[in-house]
Amino acid sequence: MAKRESTLKNMLVSLLVITVVTGGILGFVYSITKDAIAEVDLKKNKAAIEEVLKTDVEIDTTEVVEIDGLTYNCAYDAQNQLIGAAIKTFSNNGFGGKVELMVGVLVDGTINKISVLSQSETPGLGANMTTPKFKDQFNGKNPNAYNLMVKKDGGDVDAITAATISSRAFTEAVKLACDSFEANKAQFVKQVSETIDAPTDAVSEITDNEETTEITEGGTENE
Amino acid sequence: MKKQQKSRKEELKMSNNLQTFTKGLLKENPTLVLLLGCCPTLATTTSAINGMSMGLATTFVLVLSNIFISLLKNFIPDKVRIPCYIVVIASFVTVVQLVMQAYVPSIYETLGLFIPLIVVNCIVLGRAEAFASKNPVWPSLLDGLGMGLGFTCSLTVLGCIREFLGNGSIFNLAILPETAKILVFILPPGAFIVLGFVIAIVNNLKKSK
Repeated sequence: MAKRESTLKNMLVSLLVITVVTGGILGFVYSITKDAIAEVDLKKNKAAIEEVLKTDVEIDTTEVVEIDGLTYNCAYDAQNQLIGAAIKTFSNNGFGGKVELMVGVLVDGTINKISVLSQSETPGLGANMTTPKFKDQFNGKNPNAYNLMVKKDGGDVDAITAATISSRAFTEAVKLACDSFEANKAQFVKQVSETIDAPTDAVSEITDNEETTEITEGGTENE
Repeated sequence: MKKQQKSRKEELKMSNNLQTFTKGLLKENPTLVLLLGCCPTLATTTSAINGMSMGLATTFVLVLSNIFISLLKNFIPDKVRIPCYIVVIASFVTVVQLVMQAYVPSIYETLGLFIPLIVVNCIVLGRAEAFASKNPVWPSLLDGLGMGLGFTCSLTVLGCIREFLGNGSIFNLAILPETAKILVFILPPGAFIVLGFVIAIVNNLKKSK
C-alpha cells in the first residue's frame, strides 16, 4: 500500500478512524476491567480496615459513613456494640503531595493501628513513614494524654530523621481523624441503639448471644 | 552460486536486525547517549526497583506502539502523523494501566505512579517518529525492544547508584550502616549529579573504543 497523500479528506478520514477505533477499544477494555478493579479496591479497603481495627473483639458488621470529607468505616461486634472506626484520612501537606492514611480509632478514642494507603514522599526519607518504626509509635496512644504534634512543634511524636515535613503531614492526618472521631462519636453510638430498637430480629439475635455466653460461663464455673 | 548469494543476503539481514536490536543498548542508548526521556529518568531513579519498574513498563509500551505505528504508517498522512501517534500511544498506556489495575494489583501498586508518565516519555514518540514510521514491523519491534531494554538498564544502574549512596542499600537490601548515607543522592540534585557522571563515563568508554 502506498503512502496516503496529505489531502484534507485523507487527513480527516485517518484521524477520525484512529480516534473512533481507539475510543472503542478503550471503552471496551474499561467495561471489562471495571468490575475487577472495583473488586480489587474493595478488597484492599477491607483488608486495611481489618488491619487497623484488629483487637481481641471480632468485627461482625461494618458501616460506611461520610463526615467532614472523611470516610468512616464503623465496626460493630456481634452485639452491635461499637468497637471503633477505621477512618480514611489525609493531609495535603506532605513533601510529595497528598498523604492518605487509614487510622483505626477505638471507641474510647485510643489509636489502635495506622496503615498508609498512599503517599509519594521521598524514598529513604519521608517514605519511611510506612515503616513500623515510625507509624507504630502511635499504637495504643490516646490523644487526650498524647500531644499529636511532632517534638519540634512541642508535641510527643518522634519525627523521622531529616523528614520533619512528612512526619508533620502524617501527624496532621492522624490528628484530623482523632478530632473528628471525638466530635462525632456520639452519633455512631446512637445509631447503634436505634438499630437495636428497630428490627426485632436483631434483638432476638442479641439475646441468643447472651444466653450462649451465660452457658459458657456456667461451664467454666463447674470445672 | 545463487544459493550462496541468498544465504549471504540473509546473513546481512540477520546482522542488520541484530544491529537494530543492540544499538539501543549502548551505541544509541536513549538515556545516556540520545538524552531522551530525562524527566522520568531523573524522577523515578530514587531506588533501583523504581528505576527498573519504570524501564520495564516503558519497554512494554514502546514495543507495542512501535509495532502498531509501523503497521499504520501508510494509512496515516504525513501532516497529521504526530496527533495520530499520540492517540495510539496514550491508548496503549491506558489499556495497560486498566488491565494491570484489574488483574495484577500488586504490580500496579509499585508501578501505578509511573504508568501515566509513559505517555509523555519522548522516547516512545521519538522512536515512533524516527524508526517505526519508516521501517517494517519486525525491525520496529526489535528497535522498540532494544531501546526499551537500554532505557531499563540505564535506569536500573542510576537507581542502584543513587540508592546505594543515598540510602545505603541496593534493591532494598541494606549494605551500608545507617550512618553512612549521603542524603543528597536521593533528592533531585543527586539525580543530576549521578546522571552527569554516568554519561561522562559512558562517553569515555565509547571514545576509548
